[in-house]
Amino acid sequence: MTRGIAPQRLQSLTISVLSCVVGMVLGCAPATNQNLESNNNADPTAQPAGHFAIGRTPTPREITAWNIDIMPDGEGLPTGSGTVAEGRELYLAQCKNCHGLEGRGGPFDRLAGRLPEDAFPFDQDPLAKHTIGNYWPFSTTIFDYTRRAMPMDRPGSLEDNEVYALTAYLLFLNDFVGEEARIDRETLPTIVMPSRDRFIRDDRRGGPEIR
Amino acid sequence: MTDENDSTNKTDPSGGADWTRREMLAVLAGTASAALAGTAHAAEPSSAHKQEPPADPTRTPGTGPSARGERSPFETTERIAAYGVISGTPLHQLHGTLTPADLHFERHHAGIPNIDPSKHEFMIHGLVERPIKLSMSDLLRFPAVSRIAFLECSGNLRIDAGPETTPQFLCGLTSQSEWTGVALSTLLREVGLRPNAKWLLAEGSDAAVLSRSIPIEKAMDDAIIAYAQNGEALRPGQGYPLRLFLPGWEGNTNVKWLRRIEVSDRPFMTREETSKYSEPIKGGHIRSFSFTMDARSVITTPTYPEHIERGWHDIRGIAWSGRGRIAKVEVSVDGGRRWENARLLGPVLPKAHTRFSLPWRWGGGTAELSSRATDETGYVQPTRRALIDARGVGSIPYHLNPIVSWLVETDGRMLYKAEPWG
Repeated sequence: MTRGIAPQRLQSLTISVLSCVVGMVLGCAPATNQNLESNNNADPTAQPAGHFAIGRTPTPREITAWNIDIMPDGEGLPTGSGTVAEGRELYLAQCKNCHGLEGRGGPFDRLAGRLPEDAFPFDQDPLAKHTIGNYWPFSTTIFDYTRRAMPMDRPGSLEDNEVYALTAYLLFLNDFVGEEARIDRETLPTIVMPSRDRFIRDDRRGGPEIR
Repeated sequence: MTDENDSTNKTDPSGGADWTRREMLAVLAGTASAALAGTAHAAEPSSAHKQEPPADPTRTPGTGPSARGERSPFETTERIAAYGVISGTPLHQLHGTLTPADLHFERHHAGIPNIDPSKHEFMIHGLVERPIKLSMSDLLRFPAVSRIAFLECSGNLRIDAGPETTPQFLCGLTSQSEWTGVALSTLLREVGLRPNAKWLLAEGSDAAVLSRSIPIEKAMDDAIIAYAQNGEALRPGQGYPLRLFLPGWEGNTNVKWLRRIEVSDRPFMTREETSKYSEPIKGGHIRSFSFTMDARSVITTPTYPEHIERGWHDIRGIAWSGRGRIAKVEVSVDGGRRWENARLLGPVLPKAHTRFSLPWRWGGGTAELSSRATDETGYVQPTRRALIDARGVGSIPYHLNPIVSWLVETDGRMLYKAEPWG
């Protein structure tokens, strides 16, 4: 309460002021204010006035270290780049055993495979295989997921250039780029995946209709 | 080793189907061994109880109290682990609605991390006025909230199950606990949302660094940053020391081992919410961000592998809906020709497993037992035909909640009514 009153509490200004007065007597404990306010139908878990001021402000370096997500428009992509050829070499060494030669035939997810005219058999064919090329809506997700979770036995071990190279190779295997391609923060978001516009938001709403 | 079984075997919510995969996972991620170790520990009775029970317990002094209780050695209920990445709750061996924490289902995407709670930190940043980093002891200082609610994996139906299938194997990836923690709305008010804050990313500190986008409306409604389950700290398989809990929403969004929330103006389109946990549906569409678990029920007894005798039985089961309270559960004993309202055992809580019961006298003929839930929105649990007609036969394996049935043979043997999908 030494840091001012949050906007969402303005409607309770009168109550907050009252609480402050009582709070000072009782040592300004947020829990005391909270109990008083619960008698006035306020949210008992809401801040009494201002903020609890618990915890600390992370340093910019701490935020950067954990802020690893990549947006579909490329926001978050690091500097660096990689080529299809570099990616193929990395793939054969670190990915092939799980995902198969050229992204097919391994015991884990099949990664490669566009369908003729980018057809969509998936609602009617339970056996149709989902791949990057025929199902994933955004190319940036390849970079994001590979960097955060792959390879499975050494997650987080790939350098950014290596992730770009693997992304380039997977895009090549799915016929999105040529064999000479180099992928970086500028080029990756420009690759449009054929399934992108097939993704719709949940249209189930409860009620009697089965959707 | 089968070819490319991940997408082929869609009945497996983990995405894989054979022992080769399981063994590989065990080696790669240590998940199978971790799950087995946990099971072994839970099943280990204290030495005092290993002895043969006396014929008359009133004539032998009993054992004294202990630091930590164990189940009776006669109670051997366990989860079933599969593929190294899931384990199912023994629904058919439990009573009431609360799942013992060590029997709560599990789904891991890169194994269970080993986290020291004194070193764990949780950060909120992005479109906020004041980014914050909190220790576990910091979190305990905020006002606590508690709620009893179910948690269900959205890939919770074995569509290729055969007649010798238990409810646990069929749909054991649902469990219920009392979850305790800090309301996420409290923390978001603490950091101050910017006006354009619309979505947030919840991210775990497991080896998958699993991440899901959550709309801000849910975060401000009933989301909990949970540190406790059924009165004690979370179990490691449930996200120890901290997880996101979103009442009524598909299990995968309830990010475990939570370390970061980033507030944004748009969804992040992570792998988990695009290539997985989305459903191809009729019309060439892929339904995404399908968070809410539709209403569902399952009879838990009598079911396979029971043999029943003639006379009275209590048909019991659980029903639940991610949209609110269960309004009604109907039971049929003749394959769905006639339905009778079952009794709901209170309390009937929103977004919670609700126990139902219907006494039934078996006269010795064949019978087919089914249950059908209706929630307070008027949604009626569909048949599998209705689901397939609405979405397409390829719309698997997520959000499948059909009416399921159990057959009574004339000799009293119970079997799951296995039907082809489509």
